[in-house]
Amino acid sequence: MKYQVNEKGYYGEFGGAWIPEMMYTNIEELKTRYLGIIESEEFRTEFDKLMKDYVGRPSPLYYASRLSEHYGSNIYLKREDLNHTGSHKLNNTIGQILLAQKLGKTRIIAETGAGQHGVATATVCALKGIKCVVYMGALDVSRQAPNVKKMKMLGAEVVPVHSGNKTLKDATNEAMRDWINNPEDTHYIIGSVVGPHPYPDMVARFQSVISKEMRSQLLEQTGSELPTRVLACVGGGSNAAGAFYHFLDDEQVELIGVEAAGKGVDTNETAATLTVGSPGVLHSARTMLMQTEDGQIIEPYSISAGLDYPGIGPLHAHLHKTGRAKFLAATDEEVLQSVLLLTQKEGIIPALESAHALAALDKIKMNPDDVNVVNLSGSGNKDMETYLNYFGY
Amino acid sequence: MNNRINQLFESKKENIFSVYFTAGFPKLGDTVKIIQELEKNGVDLIEIGMPFSDPTADGPTIQRSSEVALKNGMSLKLLFEQLKDIRQSVNIPLILMGYLNPVYQYGMEAFCQKCAEVGIDGTILPDLPLDEFDAEYRKYYEAANLHNVLLITPQTSEKRIRQIDDASAGLIYMVSSSSTTGAGKKVEDFHQDYFERVQNMNLKNPRVIGFGISDQATFANACKYAQGAIIGSAFVTAIKDSDNLEKDIATFVKSIDPGR
Ligand SMILES: Cc1ncc(COP(=O)(O)O)c(C=O)c1O
Repeated sequence: MKYQVNEKGYYGEFGGAWIPEMMYTNIEELKTRYLGIIESEEFRTEFDKLMKDYVGRPSPLYYASRLSEHYGSNIYLKREDLNHTGSHKLNNTIGQILLAQKLGKTRIIAETGAGQHGVATATVCALKGIKCVVYMGALDVSRQAPNVKKMKMLGAEVVPVHSGNKTLKDATNEAMRDWINNPEDTHYIIGSVVGPHPYPDMVARFQSVISKEMRSQLLEQTGSELPTRVLACVGGGSNAAGAFYHFLDDEQVELIGVEAAGKGVDTNETAATLTVGSPGVLHSARTMLMQTEDGQIIEPYSISAGLDYPGIGPLHAHLHKTGRAKFLAATDEEVLQSVLLLTQKEGIIPALESAHALAALDKIKMNPDDVNVVNLSGSGNKDMETYLNYFGY
Repeated sequence: MNNRINQLFESKKENIFSVYFTAGFPKLGDTVKIIQELEKNGVDLIEIGMPFSDPTADGPTIQRSSEVALKNGMSLKLLFEQLKDIRQSVNIPLILMGYLNPVYQYGMEAFCQKCAEVGIDGTILPDLPLDEFDAEYRKYYEAANLHNVLLITPQTSEKRIRQIDDASAGLIYMVSSSSTTGAGKKVEDFHQDYFERVQNMNLKNPRVIGFGISDQATFANACKYAQGAIIGSAFVTAIKDSDNLEKDIATFVKSIDPGR
């Protein structure tokens, strides 16, 4: 339990609920009610049923034999890309929509970067017949066009955000403003383990299904529940939180988070928060941030819209600080090579985000008998335009 | 030494006219001039906005003024530098308003000491909640004779309003409605029942109403239910293209309260 949130919402020195009074009533309600709701028998039954019949869980744990041969070790892929809507994001939105219904909310808002969380939110809103508004940076609207169309087809309103760098951070600002303006009927489905307590803990719990399944699948396939290491990409950190969750207290399992280095951590165009950041308060949490010495937030950069965020979930800031997890960073260039490698070795086209975790396989030392699990958080369908432009097919 | 905020509310019980502006906007060097002109024209209380890159509680007007101010080169260090002699020319209570992160990077203890040194009377930091303030920062505020002004909204429960009243020593900032900052509301848009409910609670602290107060009618209405009101976005808009602050500020103040 060393890595769980405490009653004030902190992981060590990180986290908390640094909210303006305008959000107090909603956050207080969530804080006092979320555990009771999500641990209830009724909720669990409904959640598990949707996970199985709607999302398509359990997602396979696939032994990637040609990739394993390439690296001279054992590589398993946790196939979150095979979930309905093509990523891990639906695990969280299913949980939150059920919670929102229990809270009596009739309108849902969300922010999105790559559009995966926006699509996952629009999907559960269609499923439940609830009104949905998704905020998306104007730059992301143009670089993730297929997802924008999907959200609209699902019945969501997509609002392009023109402030700041026009990416994920700005979409998050705008979603928070919406919530301040609509405190009574609206639930904000945050898409990662970020934001004020209890969001980081709540989202991690919904995503923890990933590592829960990994343990039983590993037992079946390798004879042990525990792998040598787990690798996952980190934007806000929800797929990584889910992939790490049930291994946190098994200290012999190495946990590796991979951030987006963009054009390099020594350039101004990066999103590797833990490498270049320092502690601060953004989006109602105390965490590691990319910021100037005056405390202004620095605009991040990554080829992958889903990792283009100047902060990181407080759980990961804590895992970094305590050394429980190791964090690496992969550049755009390295990531694109990893996309091609997986595509041609295994016939799986990964999302740009997920390929950051794959790129880390080139950066670590692996023994032949090691069991390495890479969380393949999403499918590359949404990134085809980028791939086609880059590889020139 | 008595805090200037307390002195103001002891000497004046109604129609307190308070103005917010963003430091570094429209021009980097306008800070001191704006403060002097506001005082000269009979404004009672000033909130100096410390611009932040991600102002989540603000509407489009203050988002834009903050962006311009940062582009102009405003920072907390520079703001303190600009204010270092401010008490030689004005006596009006001054409150710094902004978001926590720039203050956090400056260092809360150093920030409070600097406020005392230049003659700042209070702060409004919406994303610094009461429990965190009490746990970590109250001691620095008390040592600097600085008030941390807390917000209440139409959603705030009676119990929490009492708690905030007990924790406050200068004034309470009543957010007029469930909203981010921004002008353009009409008198009918406000929850008069919320204004009345709080008015009847007999709080120990005076209240000022802000967010959405933008003209003579909304200002006068707010002043019926509280000791005063704060105008932000409407003022920022009034000076955004100004090449004559002296004239434009005088005109603005008269437009809100012809008696000044
Ligand atoms: C496929 C995929 N993986 C990862 C992420 C990053 O989010 P997180 O760090 O919360 O897992 C995204 C975000 O859009 C995504 O679409």
